[in-house]
Amino acid sequence: MSAFVTQFTHGLYVTILVATVSGALGTILGLFTAIIKLSQLRLPALIAQGYTTIVRGLPELLVILVIYFGGTAVITAISGRYIEINPLGAGIAALTVVFGAYCAEIFRGAINSISPGQWEAASSLGLSPWQAWLLVILPQMIRVALPAFGNLCVSLVKDTSLISVVGLTDIMRVAFVGAGSMRAPLTFYLAASALYLALTSLSLASFRLLERRFLVPGNEKG
Amino acid sequence: MRLDVIFESIGTLVDGVLLTFVLTILSLVIGLVVSVPLAFLRVSRNIFLSALVLTYTYVFRGTPLLVQLFLIYYGLGQLELVRQSLFWPLLREPFWCALLAFSLNSAAYTTEVFRGGIQSVPSGVVEAARALGLSRTMQMRLVIFPLAFRIVLPSYANEVIGMLKASSLASTVTLLEITGLARRMVSDTFAPFEVFLAAGLFYLLLTFAISKLFQALEAHLTLATLADKPQHPHGRARPAQWQFAGPRRLARNDASSEPPHTHDQRDHPIQPEKMGNHT
Repeated sequence: MSAFVTQFTHGLYVTILVATVSGALGTILGLFTAIIKLSQLRLPALIAQGYTTIVRGLPELLVILVIYFGGTAVITAISGRYIEINPLGAGIAALTVVFGAYCAEIFRGAINSISPGQWEAASSLGLSPWQAWLLVILPQMIRVALPAFGNLCVSLVKDTSLISVVGLTDIMRVAFVGAGSMRAPLTFYLAASALYLALTSLSLASFRLLERRFLVPGNEKG
Repeated sequence: MRLDVIFESIGTLVDGVLLTFVLTILSLVIGLVVSVPLAFLRVSRNIFLSALVLTYTYVFRGTPLLVQLFLIYYGLGQLELVRQSLFWPLLREPFWCALLAFSLNSAAYTTEVFRGGIQSVPSGVVEAARALGLSRTMQMRLVIFPLAFRIVLPSYANEVIGMLKASSLASTVTLLEITGLARRMVSDTFAPFEVFLAAGLFYLLLTFAISKLFQALEAHLTLATLADKPQHPHGRARPAQWQFAGPRRLARNDASSEPPHTHDQRDHPIQPEKMGNHT
């Protein structure tokens, strides 16, 4: 049994790794997609719109399967022999794509909620567009986007379990293997549930703290 | 990318649409039936009952659906009590396990959706219902629930789409719905792009249809609400007393006869709910 404690520790590490890496990459992707969608560039905006609409209409599992098996097929075709791609890389890529699409919608809404006067004020102070983004718009939109972003991160933690389907040894995979070999599925899946519940509770609590941190003093509604 | 494989996959995957449909609709119906009473318990003043429901929704929304599915499919059989019970012939079948897991999960999400709706019904409306002498059940049935339902319709549409997407997890317990059939085809043909593209087309079509359906339902309900207000029928000349009404009256009438657009964030039908979507 103690062997499985080490296994679960490793699985927990992999789950946290996948969630943080794809969360970070997805946030960057989502921010860029949101900026492109709001830009005057016609074609890129159309592509960004297509990306978010399509990805948000597909099951997460399907996106993971496409990238894992599709990636394997592409690499096999290029190299000429059968090479299976790393489930960790494929999983991170798939969750980044999914997380970025949902993030883009949240960020777009948050950017839209900032009054145009802020842009005008920034440019009249002589700030360059880049400075206006970084120093004026971004700090204000974080506060608006934070509650929805927090919920999205919680579902990202849960979505990582889907990568176990293509063989990544995360919490879910460890539970699956343990359940099979020890013939005690109930015990192992309950242990996995407890770990996931701890992770989602932790991220929920830290986002609550962050929200309080970003609250404008005296304006309780944010 | 071979077109013939795509068309062939579409032909095969059609067989899975029915199972995807059945799983989604049944889980949603069971989830809805279970969640409405739970939502009222959740907002009740009884702290014990409210906390009990909160525990249920918190656990089911805080763990992946995949874990819940495996817990039911593989885990329940470990208990002697379950194996001896009347339900064992059902709980041995992957279909009923998936349905149970999806329904419990959907009920948890829908409960929180309706809780939000019930809490946002203006308290004055509830007071008015009470002043009319309606019993607590009648208040809930005739006043609070219809209003709450209207308020949560966009969030409920997200729940429906979320459930459709979550039904793809049934493929992990050997069920051959759209994703399950696609996975089997991929291992047979090794043409992942073509097959998954076809599967994706089905899902996109279904999510698009659902969001259009809910938009139509929303527009219908909005129009029904507007029809209750005094409006001149079918663009005929306005009744005399309206022509001399003050500007405020006219302004209000104009506002109410506006088409029901710009009401909700119509351009992104899939809004992430609290605790995110399923899985």
